[in-house]
Amino acid sequence: MVSIKDRTAVVGIGQTAFGKGLPGSELSLACEAIAAALADAGIAPSEVDGLASYTMEQNREVEVARNVGLGDITFFSQVGFGGGAGCGVVGQAAMAVATGQCRVAVAWRARKRAAKASRPWSQASARIADSWQWTRPFGIIRPVDEIAMLARRYMHEYGATRDHLANVAIAFRKHAARNPASTMGHKPLTRDDYMAARWISEPLCLFDNCLETDGALAIVITSVERARDLRHPPALVHAFAQGLPPQHQTMTNYFTDDPLRGPAWTAAKRMWERADVTPADVKVAQLYDAFSPLIPLSLEGYGFCERGEGAPFTDDGNIEWPNGRLPVNTSGGGMSEAYVHGFNLVLEGVRQIRGTSTSQVEGADVSLVTSGEGVPTSAVLFTRDR
Amino acid sequence: MESAWLLPDLDDPTTGGFWEACARGELVVQACGACGAWRMPPRPMCPSCQSTTTTWVPTSGRGRIWSFIVPHPPLLPAFAEKAPYNAIVVELEEDPSIRFAGNLVTHADGEIDEIDPATIAIGEPVRVVFHRIDDVVLPRWARA
Repeated sequence: MVSIKDRTAVVGIGQTAFGKGLPGSELSLACEAIAAALADAGIAPSEVDGLASYTMEQNREVEVARNVGLGDITFFSQVGFGGGAGCGVVGQAAMAVATGQCRVAVAWRARKRAAKASRPWSQASARIADSWQWTRPFGIIRPVDEIAMLARRYMHEYGATRDHLANVAIAFRKHAARNPASTMGHKPLTRDDYMAARWISEPLCLFDNCLETDGALAIVITSVERARDLRHPPALVHAFAQGLPPQHQTMTNYFTDDPLRGPAWTAAKRMWERADVTPADVKVAQLYDAFSPLIPLSLEGYGFCERGEGAPFTDDGNIEWPNGRLPVNTSGGGMSEAYVHGFNLVLEGVRQIRGTSTSQVEGADVSLVTSGEGVPTSAVLFTRDR
Repeated sequence: MESAWLLPDLDDPTTGGFWEACARGELVVQACGACGAWRMPPRPMCPSCQSTTTTWVPTSGRGRIWSFIVPHPPLLPAFAEKAPYNAIVVELEEDPSIRFAGNLVTHADGEIDEIDPATIAIGEPVRVVFHRIDDVVLPRWARA
């Protein structure tokens, strides 16, 4: 069997500023991030021959390629399901390089999401023909409503509380405060602030939600052999998997036998099978955080604790830098750095391997990044070159 | 503002039978025409035996609240007008793996914001009621 384990590495990372109402189009943001990632890698745009992007990405390969000045592209692919795609595009790029379909691959995400009119749920049409017809006519409309339904059930089954969800929001805000690129680092968040916040969809309040951010990020992946000759310590793509479990329905996963056993479990099983390491070896994790309840669900799904123990896992500063058992979302994540469909988590996972995070975990030689839980998902393990 | 409600397409050949049954005042579930397995939401193929023949089976119309939420604005205008309101997921009495989303109301034509959310509990028994909006009849739920 061909394995992609340790065959490729992330060698370049680039990002734009994050904010609301950034000047420039989504296309210019994408190109800026990609050019920055290539400059970071020390690789010429003309050498790029592979592209991987989200199906929700508005900038098409042709536009990106002829703006950034890319070469003959021999591999281009997309991954679906919104925030589930983040590590998916990393894995697509890594597989393409490892199998010789391309030599230098770029993966990216760009969006201008801060404008209210750009939110997908606000564009829902009046007559619904697809699977949303089983939920939207009942006022389960926004992603937060869809996840809140699972969160309430999770709290009921396992005794998780709002204090646990506050642990998540507060930890990520603390990490953001150390990250000058974050959009929320300047605003401290206390437990009182959390408890006093307005509801968005009970049991979830404002601070259980990710941000809405304009911005773009990109990475460059090439072979491990070439990576060793480049300027940064390579972040090896050690293991990767996508996850779409039986009978799963994206976002409104209320109809399966076990709705709280989500896509994370499927991705995790295959990823750990492919890896030489176990959850106990992971020094730092970037877990997709569109909503705070996804953190306990992901801690369970990726095997950091038993089922139902994800919420208490967040107690006692366990997910906080520097002393937590597993520092999570060390750049502030989607809830406090920027929400760029989870692609900022990928770059932070790489920085931890390079040793350049603003909340650097000492000896971070195994770094996990996950994508959206509650949707068909993906995860990647980065490791330091030995 | 009920005219601006988000409503299902009634013409889909796979799901239309569900909505037709609602219009008759019946809560049905799709069953495989070959192996008889129930499935919700309706879909073209049975994931157990791959048959594409289907039937609609009447249910008891009784169940228990599996989970619930209380949305607050920002929301689409028709829903913002009712917010905060409740939305629930109900598991069917005779097969708890069959679930339906809905709203808890006092009676068929009650509003979705009438019941105090603080009184709603997971596990509460409920029974289906039907509420018409335009040409669509939606299943909603009242306390049993």
